Amino acid sequence: MLLIEGLHKRFKNGFVGLESLNLTVNRSEIVSLIGTSGCGKSTLLRIVAGLDLPTYGEVQIDDIPINKPHPEIGVIFQEPRLMPWLTVWENVQFGLHHLPKDERRARASDALVKVGLQDFARLLPRQLSGGMAQRVAIARALVTNPSILLLDEPFSALDSFTRMQLQDRLLEIWESDRQTMILVTHDVEEALILSDRAIVMRGNPGRIHLELDIDLPRPRRRTDRDLQYWKEKLLSTLDLSNTQTVPLEV
Amino acid sequence: MEQRLAIAISSAQTGNIWQLLSRLGRAKGLLLPVFLLILWESLSRFGFVPPNLLPAPSNIVITVWKLGAAGELWQHISITLYRVFVGFLIGTFFATILGGLTGYSCLIRDLLDPLLQSLRNIPSLAWVPLFILWMGIHEPSKIALIAVGVFFPVYLNLMSGIQNVDRKLVEVGKIYRLNDWQLISRVFLPATLPAYIVGLRSGLGLGWMFVVAAELMGASQGLGFLLIDGQATGRPAITLASILLFAIFGKMTDSIIGLASHRLLHWQDVHASNP
Repeated sequence: MLLIEGLHKRFKNGFVGLESLNLTVNRSEIVSLIGTSGCGKSTLLRIVAGLDLPTYGEVQIDDIPINKPHPEIGVIFQEPRLMPWLTVWENVQFGLHHLPKDERRARASDALVKVGLQDFARLLPRQLSGGMAQRVAIARALVTNPSILLLDEPFSALDSFTRMQLQDRLLEIWESDRQTMILVTHDVEEALILSDRAIVMRGNPGRIHLELDIDLPRPRRRTDRDLQYWKEKLLSTLDLSNTQTVPLEV
Repeated sequence: MEQRLAIAISSAQTGNIWQLLSRLGRAKGLLLPVFLLILWESLSRFGFVPPNLLPAPSNIVITVWKLGAAGELWQHISITLYRVFVGFLIGTFFATILGGLTGYSCLIRDLLDPLLQSLRNIPSLAWVPLFILWMGIHEPSKIALIAVGVFFPVYLNLMSGIQNVDRKLVEVGKIYRLNDWQLISRVFLPATLPAYIVGLRSGLGLGWMFVVAAELMGASQGLGFLLIDGQATGRPAITLASILLFAIFGKMTDSIIGLASHRLLHWQDVHASNP
């Protein structure tokens, strides 16, 4: 369904962010991109989102080339990025300007229920906790009914309890809507809890190091023995001894 | 109110000045002026301050009253207010257009901004003879001068406000495929409002300053005229009265923007939200 072919990204200063990247993601699959800082995972996600253009190569969704943001693709960033002057209710509807009022309201209502914030619609972003704000961001992404969700380290700025709760919530949403999800994360446990397949990336230049099919039946528990086995497997592929920090924004 | 007074008294008794002060709320702003006025009045009464140089506050208030009774006062006030208002509107109008364009488009900024910045550095009074030459000595030249004064702070604040809009928010707009106009109206405009309002307040302040300059040259009415008239006719009380009125009306107009700002910017998550 989502096809990435020969993706290559060289930044203005000559730094190669991505090199010869090929990836296929199937419908309703949850795929995590995992790797240490600077390996190009966010760069890849931004290109798929249509925010940046690759130097070479192509991204296709159902044979449609992606070179700008697409209505079927929803994005959730590391920061909530809510409009500070809009209430939760208005923020959730931000992407629905082309729809009639009733439709907007219905979708916003549903989305808020899905993230458990139906009672907080009147609040402003400055009155929200980090977890609540991120939930609003998720609701905002869901209202356009995207078939693909791109999540760029969505929970990394949150405390571990909130993180676990939101991971569970994300799974619940997936259970009912079955979106295709590409999740960028540096959290091994998160990748194992959520994804069907883990794509391990290495940086300098950014490429796919290996792909791992996570053969764990759902629902998965963080305390499962099997999970620990997979954790060790993933960690060993990450080569944590070689952490070079490289700049992302160039 | 009674509760406040009780707390104030008990705070005074326990000797805690800071507590006392914080309980007064907005009223604290009056403490210093009132104290200074009392000091000034006393010094004048006791002859420490020569009345021909600095009349007592009571004298000034009486002078204002007399002017009011004679019917002239409102004429002076209203013509000055009119000039400030119209100059402010014109200056803001052009500043908003140009600031918007230069903020949003790098190309336009590179073309226009250097010229505008050089013009900004011309001292206000230097414009006076030029405008008088071009537009004569009556209203247009005065209003043009005020408009020039108002223009630059509004232009600068708007331009830099737009340039400083959080890239992350703009990206959210792009994700939802907002076109240029939608990006401007739904993201840039509200995001820039805080900076714009700061620009408006500065612009207004400069407008009041420029109205004095405008009225010092060839005006027969207005608060600025009164300023000079008092000095020329040896009546310092009139000069001071004019200064007092400038302060009052300047503050009032600024408060209008302040109130609007408070209502429009209540969403901000900044240091000022928690005094």
